[in-house]
Amino acid sequence: MGQTLFDKLWQVHEVEALAEGQSLLYVDRIFLHERTGSVALNSLLDRNRSVRRREHAFCTMDHIVDTLPGRGDETLMPSGRDFIVATRSAAQEMDIRLFDIQDPDQGIVHVISPELGIALPGLSLICPDSHTCTLGGLGALAWGVGSTEAEHALATSTLRVARPQTMRVHFSGTLPAQATAKDLILYTIRELSAAGGAGCAIEFSGRAIEQLPVESRLTLCNMSTELSAFTGLIAPDEKTIEYCHGRRFAPEGDAWSQAIEHWRSLQTDPDATFDFEHHLSVDNLKPQISWGTSPQHCIDWDGSVPRIADAPDDASAAAWRQAQDYMGVTGGTRLSDYPLDAAFIGSCTNSRLSDLRLAAAFLNRTGQRVAKGVKALCVPGSGQVKRAAEAEGLDEIFRGAGFEWREPGCSMCFFAGGESFGQEVRVASTTNRNFEGRQGLGVRTHIASPLTVVASACAGYLLADTPVVDTAA
Amino acid sequence: MKPFIRHEGVAAVLPRDNIDTDAIIPSREMRTVSRSGLADGLFAPWRYTDPDARAADSDFVLNQAEFSGASVLIAGHNFGCGSSREHAVWALMEYGFRVVLATSFATIFRNNALRNGLLTIQLAPDQIDRISAWVRRDPQANQPRIDLEACSIQTDPAAEAVPFQIEANAREMLLKGLDEIGLTEQSLDAIAAFEVRDRALRPWVYLTG
Ligand code: SF4
Repeated sequence: MGQTLFDKLWQVHEVEALAEGQSLLYVDRIFLHERTGSVALNSLLDRNRSVRRREHAFCTMDHIVDTLPGRGDETLMPSGRDFIVATRSAAQEMDIRLFDIQDPDQGIVHVISPELGIALPGLSLICPDSHTCTLGGLGALAWGVGSTEAEHALATSTLRVARPQTMRVHFSGTLPAQATAKDLILYTIRELSAAGGAGCAIEFSGRAIEQLPVESRLTLCNMSTELSAFTGLIAPDEKTIEYCHGRRFAPEGDAWSQAIEHWRSLQTDPDATFDFEHHLSVDNLKPQISWGTSPQHCIDWDGSVPRIADAPDDASAAAWRQAQDYMGVTGGTRLSDYPLDAAFIGSCTNSRLSDLRLAAAFLNRTGQRVAKGVKALCVPGSGQVKRAAEAEGLDEIFRGAGFEWREPGCSMCFFAGGESFGQEVRVASTTNRNFEGRQGLGVRTHIASPLTVVASACAGYLLADTPVVDTAA
Repeated sequence: MKPFIRHEGVAAVLPRDNIDTDAIIPSREMRTVSRSGLADGLFAPWRYTDPDARAADSDFVLNQAEFSGASVLIAGHNFGCGSSREHAVWALMEYGFRVVLATSFATIFRNNALRNGLLTIQLAPDQIDRISAWVRRDPQANQPRIDLEACSIQTDPAAEAVPFQIEANAREMLLKGLDEIGLTEQSLDAIAAFEVRDRALRPWVYLTG
């Protein structure tokens, strides 16, 4: 019987089979950041263990470091400096490559790892961070772990992993022009639920996927964890190969030829089977916006917030009530009924050059500015993204329209204890999580695509950029 | 790691689905580069009306006298979803929890729990409902007794024990309090042999310096 892409990746990395469907898997790359990596490194030092292959381990500063211009080790998060200093000294002691605050390649871990060719198709990569699944967009076997598992991988180059079940989500049709990869994944979570991919390695396939540029595939796989999946995967193709070519840590010469030969074999065989399969049609996909506090709480941008009376069961009714209380929205209303206070473009989901280009093109095309009273931020995902955007003049467009233009990092994707939007502040955000308090105490997060966020920032309320006006004729 | 063999204690019922790790321990409560100092921040968004002032919300289960000293947590499905932060497990344990019963768990959370000696038990919704109802009748008196050797939960002495399932290797790790890194270090030769084979197959993987 044929093998799935996941089966092939698993097989290549299996050092030995352990009991009960567990395997000892070889870990090709380990990425750490100052938020959780510092704990893993310190713990390793405490126990007198060393990093088995230091050349395969990398570290960045992205979560706690400020994104304000002129930043340094001091942070708005009260104890942030301790994390930064501890990470730096542990990385030095372990002789691990660190993309420190002033490094031109510094940035959000899941943005810089493909950008630098640290993540590549066919590699296994772990990071103590749940959005590591982003890199499945290249066809890498990448998943998030806890600090203790990261420590295990650092010490042994392996992890003991229970083999996940497999799932395929097949998208038929063509993505409409106004819908982005972000809308596609939000819609998928809405359809399958936040636990819909629980524990599975999910392969995304279909023509809509083949047509997606590589950066959009990273956006899509980024939110596999919001389906509670083990990871997400997209088979590498010629676009992927082209994307990886010439990257800083990518192979060269003969090694490159051997690599791409291997990558081309990383496809699901036609007769392979999955434990679960879903088919979704994307032809009529509309821009998606979240109304609640779970990523499954999404609606079409022009849809209505669900009424609690329509909840399918008691548990959902309770969850909806709690979510609507927190978000300050009522069933039956539209999201455009609520004034917006802030807009955030950034995070490992949507802070790559293509995301910034998309938002900037809207500003350019419409000539609009951020609405009065809306605080708007654009935070590039990495130093490379920032420089490339500046070379194209995107920073000028954002600044000119009223956006702050920041230094690379996670910034207000999550609340580290420093900078926040404020209680009951309604934010349109390109991030991936709309949990209570995720962006700060009482902050009301609506997740959406960069296009929806920029259009909403200018309108002063939530709406999508849909220049084609539907008439009631 | 402290072995887990059996445990009896007050159970707190938190009947919500999708309790994410941001709710268990918000990022802002992770103030130091260590595994400790987290118990006060456990469930901070729900436990306090004002987390900064630590003003207790009397509606929250852990603030109610009848649940004081809770060491078993009962929740809904997909417990521990969201961020991979192991701090969620460390915070639960520092507070005093040794067991979480839920209808399902997020994978990373479950793995993290196992590696720290926090027992997670997946039960059917009706089993959770029954145990919750029994606990609620008198939480201080009705303390479930979880026996990992027997893989059973004793609740009402008049009722039969509730059996549960757990993978044999996870059970052994917990029972013996094994350090997984130490376990894998026994396979270092196999890992080195794998690298020799793999290098021939995938030379492009191996970076230098
Ligand atoms: S950008 Fe947000 S989701 Fe991504 S790694 Fe940073 S904090 Fe996590």
